[in-house]
Amino acid sequence: MFNRIRALIIKELLALLRDKKSRMVLIVPPLIQLFIFSFAATQEVKNQTLAVLNLDHGQPALNLEQDFTAARTFSGVIRLQRPEEIPAVINEQQAIAVLWIPQDFSRNLERGQAAPVSFILDGRKTNAAQIVQGYAVRIINNYRDKLAGKGQQSGINIVARNWFNPNLDFRWYTLPSLVCILTTVIGLIVTGLSVAREREMGTFEQLLVSPLHPLEILVGKALPALLVAMIEGALIVLIGVSLLQVPFNGSLPLLFASMGVFLLAIIGVGLFVSSLSMTQQQAVLGAFMFLVPATILSGFASPIENMPHWLQTISYANPLRYFMTIVRGIFLKDVPATVVWAQTWPMAIIACVTLSIATWLFKKRME
Amino acid sequence: MPNESLVIEGLTYSYGKDLPPALSELSATIRPGIVTGLVGPDGAGKTTLMRLMTALLLPSSGHLTVFGLDTRSNASQLHEIIGYMPQKFGLYEDLSVIQNLRLYADLRNVTTVDRKQVFARLLDFTGLEPFQKRLAGRLSGGMKQKLGLACALIRKPRLLLLDEPSVGVDPVSRRELWRMVQELVDEETAVIWSTAYLDEAELCQDVLLLDNGQLMFSGPPKDLTERVAGRCFQIQGISNNRRQVLSTALQQDEVQDGIVQGQNVRMVLRAGHNQPALSVLDAGVEARLTPVAPRFEDAYIDALGGGPGGISALATAMTPLPDDQEVTVEADGLTKRFGNFTAAENVSFAIRRGEIFGLLGPNGAGKSTTFKMMCGLLRPSSGTGRVVGLDLQKAPGKARSRLGYMAQKFSLYGDLSARQNLVFFSGVYGLTGMQQKETVTRMIDIFGLQPHLTDSAKDLPLGFKQRLALACSVMHEPAVLFLDEPTSGVDPLTRREFWTHINGLVEHGVTVLVTTHFMDEAEYCDRIGLIYRGQMIATGPPDELKSRTRSPQMPDPTLEEAFISLLQQWDASHEEKA
Amino acid sequence: MNSHLRRTSALIRKEFTQIRRDPSSLMIAFVLPVILLFLYGFGVSLDAREIKIGVAIQDPGKDADSLAAAFLASPYFLTHISHNEQFLEQELIAGRLRGLVVIPEDFSRQVEKGDGSARVQVIADGSEANTANYVQNYAQGVVNTWWAMRQRNHGVWGQHGPQLLTRIWFNPELTSRNSLLPGALAIIMAIIGTLLTALVVAREWERGTMEALMATPVAISELIIGKLLPYFVLGMLAMLGSVAISIALFDLPFRGSVPALLLSSGAFLLAALGQGLLISSAAKNQFIAAMFALITGFLPAFLLSGFIFEIASMPPIVRALTHIIPARYLVTNLQTLFLVGDVWSLLLPNIGILLLLAAVLFFLTARKTVKRLR
Repeated sequence: MFNRIRALIIKELLALLRDKKSRMVLIVPPLIQLFIFSFAATQEVKNQTLAVLNLDHGQPALNLEQDFTAARTFSGVIRLQRPEEIPAVINEQQAIAVLWIPQDFSRNLERGQAAPVSFILDGRKTNAAQIVQGYAVRIINNYRDKLAGKGQQSGINIVARNWFNPNLDFRWYTLPSLVCILTTVIGLIVTGLSVAREREMGTFEQLLVSPLHPLEILVGKALPALLVAMIEGALIVLIGVSLLQVPFNGSLPLLFASMGVFLLAIIGVGLFVSSLSMTQQQAVLGAFMFLVPATILSGFASPIENMPHWLQTISYANPLRYFMTIVRGIFLKDVPATVVWAQTWPMAIIACVTLSIATWLFKKRME
Repeated sequence: MPNESLVIEGLTYSYGKDLPPALSELSATIRPGIVTGLVGPDGAGKTTLMRLMTALLLPSSGHLTVFGLDTRSNASQLHEIIGYMPQKFGLYEDLSVIQNLRLYADLRNVTTVDRKQVFARLLDFTGLEPFQKRLAGRLSGGMKQKLGLACALIRKPRLLLLDEPSVGVDPVSRRELWRMVQELVDEETAVIWSTAYLDEAELCQDVLLLDNGQLMFSGPPKDLTERVAGRCFQIQGISNNRRQVLSTALQQDEVQDGIVQGQNVRMVLRAGHNQPALSVLDAGVEARLTPVAPRFEDAYIDALGGGPGGISALATAMTPLPDDQEVTVEADGLTKRFGNFTAAENVSFAIRRGEIFGLLGPNGAGKSTTFKMMCGLLRPSSGTGRVVGLDLQKAPGKARSRLGYMAQKFSLYGDLSARQNLVFFSGVYGLTGMQQKETVTRMIDIFGLQPHLTDSAKDLPLGFKQRLALACSVMHEPAVLFLDEPTSGVDPLTRREFWTHINGLVEHGVTVLVTTHFMDEAEYCDRIGLIYRGQMIATGPPDELKSRTRSPQMPDPTLEEAFISLLQQWDASHEEKA
Repeated sequence: MNSHLRRTSALIRKEFTQIRRDPSSLMIAFVLPVILLFLYGFGVSLDAREIKIGVAIQDPGKDADSLAAAFLASPYFLTHISHNEQFLEQELIAGRLRGLVVIPEDFSRQVEKGDGSARVQVIADGSEANTANYVQNYAQGVVNTWWAMRQRNHGVWGQHGPQLLTRIWFNPELTSRNSLLPGALAIIMAIIGTLLTALVVAREWERGTMEALMATPVAISELIIGKLLPYFVLGMLAMLGSVAISIALFDLPFRGSVPALLLSSGAFLLAALGQGLLISSAAKNQFIAAMFALITGFLPAFLLSGFIFEIASMPPIVRALTHIIPARYLVTNLQTLFLVGDVWSLLLPNIGILLLLAAVLFFLTARKTVKRLR
């Protein structure tokens, strides 16, 4: 039995690697995605343009204006002359926000009265608006403290710290997520296509009339996919750490152990899709149908906590959710084994379920 | 009216700079008013030539002119006057019969006024009248073929091109199509019919014989056939083993080609040689040599310099199985239902060791369902299939390890090299260590795979693919060999080599179950089972089936004629009952 | 009837019949959009409500408790209060908390002094960078509000000095769905336009029907229009359906006009269909066509259209690349149409660029497609 499975595994690996097309599919798209994603997938807010309408010519107003325009977030400044110009600037998205300092700002300050300034944001870009608003609040607080002079501060000093990623470098966040998503894609595509391809080529019948047991065929499909996906996963980690300079603080053995469990769950899904589809095209569509929801419900694009509760409940069935937590934790936080285990056992259960369903369906569809 | 509808001058076509040309230096003319056969094995360049004629490909060098229109400069005018049926018939499977016709009528500018008449004529002609509303995808192979033809004929073409119209279509439909095309030909139209079947080629008035991109022959098939006139014989009345007679005959210097034909052996002598002595052939006391009419295929092999020898190195290397006449393959009341539809009903047969049993039948009759149940690919609804006494459902692993299987389509791993395929299949069948190595080496020697060991299997020449497929299915020395249309589309030389091996294996006690559309292949069988409408309607040796249908109108029926009339008899008797 | 017209309309009729009978086309055109719309509508949300944070109180004073209570009351946070900072730190590492507010032991005393030396530490889990930003912003808001309230309660009116009056136009609550769903629509249209056309043309090659078509007098332009028009109509239908769902089910406002919507999405569809046709003129099997369409159609629409990820923050090369991504222009136009209105000065240039991209793609397709097999 062992020899037969070995023969299957060698064949599967050769079939994957000898063909130029499948080599391409395995290597090129993941790498392109890795680079584009890690550079493009950012929710950071910078290089924004700010429009300033300063109707006050006093020094305090100029100082405030300068505090805003000097902020890191804003790389461009548009100066306005009249309030009537504001709608066009915002509507046409020439600027994310308008700072409007009224004529009486300096005077009000001198008199010790409330001196309001308006800050108008473009609500179309919710994330950018949210974050720019935060920056603006901080700028005005600093400005107020400066005015008050040292020792005269009236507010509360907030010391902001970001653990694990002090500068909130977005790539540190994206890359671990990519390790998850790309290993998923590979595990899914390799297993998803393998049976469908054999069906299309007619070699599947050749396997079925051989003395191989269905289970042996399944194992022979699952193990090579596991191997290939693990190697690509390791490659992505390597590129991330060496080329993209993302720190790796945790334990490699823990990472790969949990990756193995995770991949088993994914391979179960892949084999399921594979047993269902007659052609490679159906397999691709099937894999896509799993991949998109799984990615969205993994906490990659936005935190799971923000979803409605019923959707959060559904996301417990998504292996990607657990693995995402594990990889981020191991990469940046050096989480202990107990934390990894807490996320691993649910994946193990999911793996058992997907693999058994795949086996059942596979046997059923052998007809 | 020009005498030549199509002129080919020095035509060369290559799919890539580094690739050998698919067609090289072809020159020929094609006349209107007749059917010209474009003949050759798969990969000979038939489809490439067809596409060049439709201006869908342009020549790398040379010229092709259709009714005075050069394909390079006059493609759009050319498209006005040709009708083309590509290999898969070019039908929209999710459109109905009439919708397909309407589409092609619009594309060919057949106006609404003419249309009624044209459709009525074509539907009547093809017998598709009752099926107008049916989706093309739901039609049988034969009906698709007729619809494809109808679509190509919507506006009467001056040049009609049919690319392998008879592939995968049963003999009954093949004949009808042939008749339809014959009716169509008139003084002004030229018809080109491409085929891998040499018996079809023989019916054409003119043929272009292609092999490996070269034009081997062009002219009336008779001209080629005459070259072997007087050299064709049948050894009749053989009382000994006819497979051994063939093998011995092929070893004689005088004999250049031979095949089994039912109980007889057909052979072609080398030019200038006398008949071999019957005693040498060991055919038995009643054996006699009867001169027979030459066939196109005989001439074709002759043109290629003769067939392979009669000894199979494969069989020689194999451990002989006991000669005990035991039943090794047995179908017992096999029935398969898909929902309401019964694909196979109560099919039973038994095959003894060392026997070749052929399953024949039209498309969709239940032949492949039966075959699949026998190799354990389909679970029967009721009944059992047994191989060397093992139930395929109860001991599938054990039973499968005793059988070898070769699928109709080339189904090895195309991305693996020839050697890797051998290693893989030997591993799957449980060979390990030294034994595995030795077996692989032996297969490489026997089949001469040495020059192609590292080539990907998908890039092998067709003949080598065929050899590799056979090698992979016999490495574990199976007691039973299942062959599913093993030589469709293969050139006659490779087919002869293949059957030499099969004959050799059978002599060593291997049992063979084969499905085929190919009457030549059926002639090799010891017995044939004819499957029709899910039932086994006749079994017996080929000669017996022929004699069953002998009649005053058909004093000497071919196997194909016998096949068709058996189906008709069955239909007739069941209509009476109904 | 003119023969061009007859052939073209025959091809169009054929395509519609096929669409009607082919479940996978219907699936891509109508089921997939609904699924995606629901996923993006519910699954992707940047509205951080109830972010889990911990508040570590090391100070027994009243002010510390009152600040902690302010965190408890905030709708943005789900606050866990503890005196054990270490425990909360562990929870932060384990990912069960996204942030941690530490109120140090001298907090009440310093607050009492009122000289501005009172400190609160806000620690965010930087491994979730975007959430960390939100934690910092919201925590700051809570502390500031708490301070203002306290001043007022102590008779000190905070109404002096500079004040920031923030006004957010178009989307005052900053509901992320309002800007994400228009983006999702662009993705859906990209999939329909690119994937579906690429697949159906590749299917004709695979089934050999293209070969049969090409041997008839049909012209290339007729073939292209025969594919284009049906899928244009299909895409527009899918788009209108998705817009209806967005408005009816997800309560999105729609402030623009229907003509502006039709114009924008029509221009985009032309570009997407052009892309699909270009892919299929190169890839003649469905598998490769699907791969190409996903990589050049779906991924850029998802990544480089500015719908979730900020274009302005990308490196210059990637930013330059986004200019040739049709989805980028549609995302802007749709967000504007849903939330702002007919800002023609913004919409028209975008529509113009989309038409230009479409023209380039069609030009390339027409050049690549000859009535030949290779």
